[in-house]
Amino acid sequence: MTAATEASAPAAPLLRVNNIEVIYDHVILVLRGVSLEVPQGGIVALLGANGAGKTTTLKAISNLLGTERGEVTKGSIEFDGANVEASSPNDLVKRGCIQVMEGRHCFEHLTVEENLLTGAFTRGGDRAGIQADLEMVYNYFPRLRERRTSQAGYTSGGEQQMCAIGRALMSRPKMILLDEPSMGLAPQLVEQIFEIVKTINENEGVTILLAEQNTNIALKYARYGYILESGRVVMEGSADMLRNNEDVKEFYLGLGGEGRKSFRDVKQYRRRKRWLG
Amino acid sequence: MSELWFFFEVLLSGMFAGTMYSLVALGFVLIFKASGVFNFAQGTMVLFAALCFVGFLEMGLPMVVAALIAIAIMVAWAFTVERLVLRHLVNQEPIILFMATIGVSFFLEGFGEFIWGGDVHPLNVGIPDDAWFVGPDGAMMIQQFDLSAAVIAGLLVTVLALFFHYTRIGRALRAVADDHQAALSVGIPLNQIWVIVWSVAGFVALVAGIIWGSRLGVQFSLSIVALKALPVLILGGFTSVPGAIVGGLIIGAGEKLAEIYIGPFFGGAIEEWFAYVLAMFFLLFRPQGLFGERIIERV
Repeated sequence: MTAATEASAPAAPLLRVNNIEVIYDHVILVLRGVSLEVPQGGIVALLGANGAGKTTTLKAISNLLGTERGEVTKGSIEFDGANVEASSPNDLVKRGCIQVMEGRHCFEHLTVEENLLTGAFTRGGDRAGIQADLEMVYNYFPRLRERRTSQAGYTSGGEQQMCAIGRALMSRPKMILLDEPSMGLAPQLVEQIFEIVKTINENEGVTILLAEQNTNIALKYARYGYILESGRVVMEGSADMLRNNEDVKEFYLGLGGEGRKSFRDVKQYRRRKRWLG
Repeated sequence: MSELWFFFEVLLSGMFAGTMYSLVALGFVLIFKASGVFNFAQGTMVLFAALCFVGFLEMGLPMVVAALIAIAIMVAWAFTVERLVLRHLVNQEPIILFMATIGVSFFLEGFGEFIWGGDVHPLNVGIPDDAWFVGPDGAMMIQQFDLSAAVIAGLLVTVLALFFHYTRIGRALRAVADDHQAALSVGIPLNQIWVIVWSVAGFVALVAGIIWGSRLGVQFSLSIVALKALPVLILGGFTSVPGAIVGGLIIGAGEKLAEIYIGPFFGGAIEEWFAYVLAMFFLLFRPQGLFGERIIERV
């Protein structure tokens, strides 16, 4: 499916974030009006530098802001046709929206398999279904099958990332919010994990909203992207369009257009030119 | 020969006494495991649960009914603590939660006294308290009461260990202990988990309170028994249910044996402080305890 057909598809998006504003500690304004849409079955990337608001956007959607004294003060979030700004994380996971947090956050004293099983918490006692899904996860991540009885804290960073994604998959989600899966991993491993995410997206029909600093790889796998800067969406478009955009190339892909520039020129250029004036 | 029998008698009676410490330590372990909070109020909960139980008995209710009402009260207490205290302190530093439990402890102690008065209530739940003599010529004496207490503690621990390892809720409890945020993110409702774990800790406190109360009478010094649970925790590890038991056995047996065999060199009364010295050595050389979860650090 191309981005063009998706854009013209009449079906309502699975997730619609409408002009949300997020404030931490009652004073720190982190998101100032972010809107985005994620179509059913799509992979959408949320790009931007450190502190741009990617993680905050994801946490606003999955409602994990409360524990960090943040709150959505304006705007609305619709998931699967219902307003979910006030839903608890537990409720959201039941509805099919689950987040894989930045930095993996595996339960380190639990074994890999127990980690995966906690992902099925909201499914109650559906033993047969859970067992089948465990097999499914092991098929996507054969490495996890080998490490199933190891404590997650002793597995490698890549294995922990797989474990965290697998754990989310165990909840039978409609949508996974994937925060910075490339963090701290070797490039080859990052490629491998993105490949698997793509396969999961295709085979299981799981929609992915991906927050990434690694613009290059994110645009390779996503079909559509949003660029955040200082808590605002400054640009959006299909992955192809973003990849070929001169500003994106320069700011995020590290490809200067016209030959080498001296460092001083670059700095000045960046200072003068801003998104949206 | 009778020397050896005597040694075993001391060892066994020490171990039985140790299981009583274990019972109290268990309550600490449960709450620490599931919420990373060292619950200072556990000792007071032992006292409060026993006070309620004995109070209803004295009103003339049958024992089972009194126990059920006491359990119901401990569950209600768990709800209250979650609602009024824990809910507002999500993701705070452990020390803040610890301080909160100190406050909770003072409240519960005062509340208990307010409702049930400050007298010593004798308690007899019908645990036999005769001595058995075994071995040749009855060389070894075993207190039936101690034996019963040990059996009850053993049962409770087995059930809890199974619960923690093989059930969905047990797994969720351990997950919450590891990482609050991650547990939230996979849809584990922290509030419910805390109510469950405080209720279970309340139940354990009731069992401990009944057994200790039958021995000492239900009185305010019961809450101080909790202090004896500290070295047990340090030995066994704060996060291990079996550790609480083994820790209790070692402390119990260790202090009795030390009293008999090392005590004379120090002029006796070594029993009072032996456990704490033992705990200190553990803190120096094996801070996670015998069975505690290793502190995982990857480099």
